[in-house]
Amino acid sequence: MTPAISFQQVGKTFQTPRGPLRALDGVSLDIAQGEFFGLLGPNGAGKTTLISILAGLARATSGRVEVMGHDVVADYAAARRSLGIVPQELVFDPFFSVREALKIQSGYFGVTGNEAWIDELLEGLGLADKAGANMRQLSGGMKRRVLVAQALVHRPPVIVLDEPTAGVDVELRQTLWQFVARLNREGHTVLLTTHYLEEAEALCGRIAMLKQGRIVALDRTSALLGAASSTMLRFKTDDALPADLAAQARITGRIAQVKARDAADVEQLLARLRAAGVRVEDLEIGRADLEDVFLEIMQGGRA
Amino acid sequence: MSAVASSRFAGAGTLFRKEVLRFWKVSFQTVAAPVLTALLYLLIFGHVLEDHVKVYDAVSYTSFLVPGLVMMSVLQNAFANSSSSLIQSKITGNLVFLLVAPLSHWAWFVAYTGASVVRGLVVGAGVLAVTAGFAHLRLAEPLWVLTFALLGAGMMGTLGLIAGLWAEKFDQLAAFQNFIIMPMTFLSGVFYSVHSLPGIWQQASHLNPFFYMIDGFRHGFFGVSDVSPWTSLAVVGISFVLVAALALRLLASGYKLRH
Repeated sequence: MTPAISFQQVGKTFQTPRGPLRALDGVSLDIAQGEFFGLLGPNGAGKTTLISILAGLARATSGRVEVMGHDVVADYAAARRSLGIVPQELVFDPFFSVREALKIQSGYFGVTGNEAWIDELLEGLGLADKAGANMRQLSGGMKRRVLVAQALVHRPPVIVLDEPTAGVDVELRQTLWQFVARLNREGHTVLLTTHYLEEAEALCGRIAMLKQGRIVALDRTSALLGAASSTMLRFKTDDALPADLAAQARITGRIAQVKARDAADVEQLLARLRAAGVRVEDLEIGRADLEDVFLEIMQGGRA
Repeated sequence: MSAVASSRFAGAGTLFRKEVLRFWKVSFQTVAAPVLTALLYLLIFGHVLEDHVKVYDAVSYTSFLVPGLVMMSVLQNAFANSSSSLIQSKITGNLVFLLVAPLSHWAWFVAYTGASVVRGLVVGAGVLAVTAGFAHLRLAEPLWVLTFALLGAGMMGTLGLIAGLWAEKFDQLAAFQNFIIMPMTFLSGVFYSVHSLPGIWQQASHLNPFFYMIDGFRHGFFGVSDVSPWTSLAVVGISFVLVAALALRLLASGYKLRH
């Protein structure tokens, strides 16, 4: 079957005053129809550049990108009809109401007479009572919902969400994920970039990680988690850890996480903490999560 | 027509309607204000110069001035429509809605230029309606009036499109407007006949395509003009084709749109 999205040896070089900047370096990746796919990476890794090339907002310096078998440059109209993009920036047209914005966006795609679908989108995204409101009057969260509706208004088979939950409240996040998960169950392909790794872990069947414009990991989410064989020892403490332990621990405020290979390793770690006089609270032992895998890969452990 | 071709046509139609709605929703600013400005020009210049300037036999200065003011308003507002819409969309970021849509460069061109023509004609009709009472207009050859209004508005809408694509900030657009468009419209013979100018300025005026737009438009009212309306048609027609070709090329290449 034709992949929903296909990146083939995609490269992108930006000319900057300080010389050429290689933002993407030979990215190759196929996303199958019906997948819920996650694209992760730190800021500046090239995620948004890759998505911009997919959407036609930017042009690749080398390589080829296809959506449902349509080249995004040579056959741009068919490619864009197959694609719904939720942009990262909170943009809107201040001249129009929510319903007008949705009808206009449909019209750009040559879709008319789709009132029922527009109503369904408004309902599904909790916008029904805002349909007549001017875009300027909406809160940030509501504007974000309209962006999602605008991306879906022409019923594209492939949906791209570029950090859709950055800075939005819990309620919207829940509404959004329920809606997108439903679309995915109905057969839509979803490509998601996010900084919230727990979202990627919960939603995405497969994940690619980008670092400095290259793919450094590409696998099923379960395989990525499974490959991180280490166990994590998590605890809270107000005391300073011994220097060598502090160097390998992930410390967030009072919470410290240290990798342990097995039970004997855990015992040894606890003995060292006791010997160093570190008082430990809320101790738990768990498997590594996606955040641990992500950090390990980004720090070069597996790259 | 195939389904794809018809949907592309529909896309251009939607963008055109959206661009018309955009200025119509703020018509107090985009239509009423320029009509008032033109009326003030007429009252002040007409009052001061009525008894001092005579351009054509049997045509008073105020009558001479009205078609010039109408055409100036058509041209300036056609330019303002496409240029301000594009720069606003670029700066606020909502141009992304168009960039992700399957619209061809022809669709962009037809929609932005078409909506600019509509705004130019609406404002021009408004100026004509409020100023016609002050003058004795004959509408001697109405087809020339229509031809030059459409071509002039089309050319200025296209120039606005180019300026909107090129400008990255409001002040760059303002510079384009204040240092190119304004001098060329004011020095095109709106307020005077170029025959009243000294030789060198007369020759310089003949290099200004805006002069031919105003002169050809005015010919439609009085049946007399500084140059033949056919010459004006040729100059304006060729200028329009050239700027349209440039605009289409910029749009097709994604100039300052797709990086």
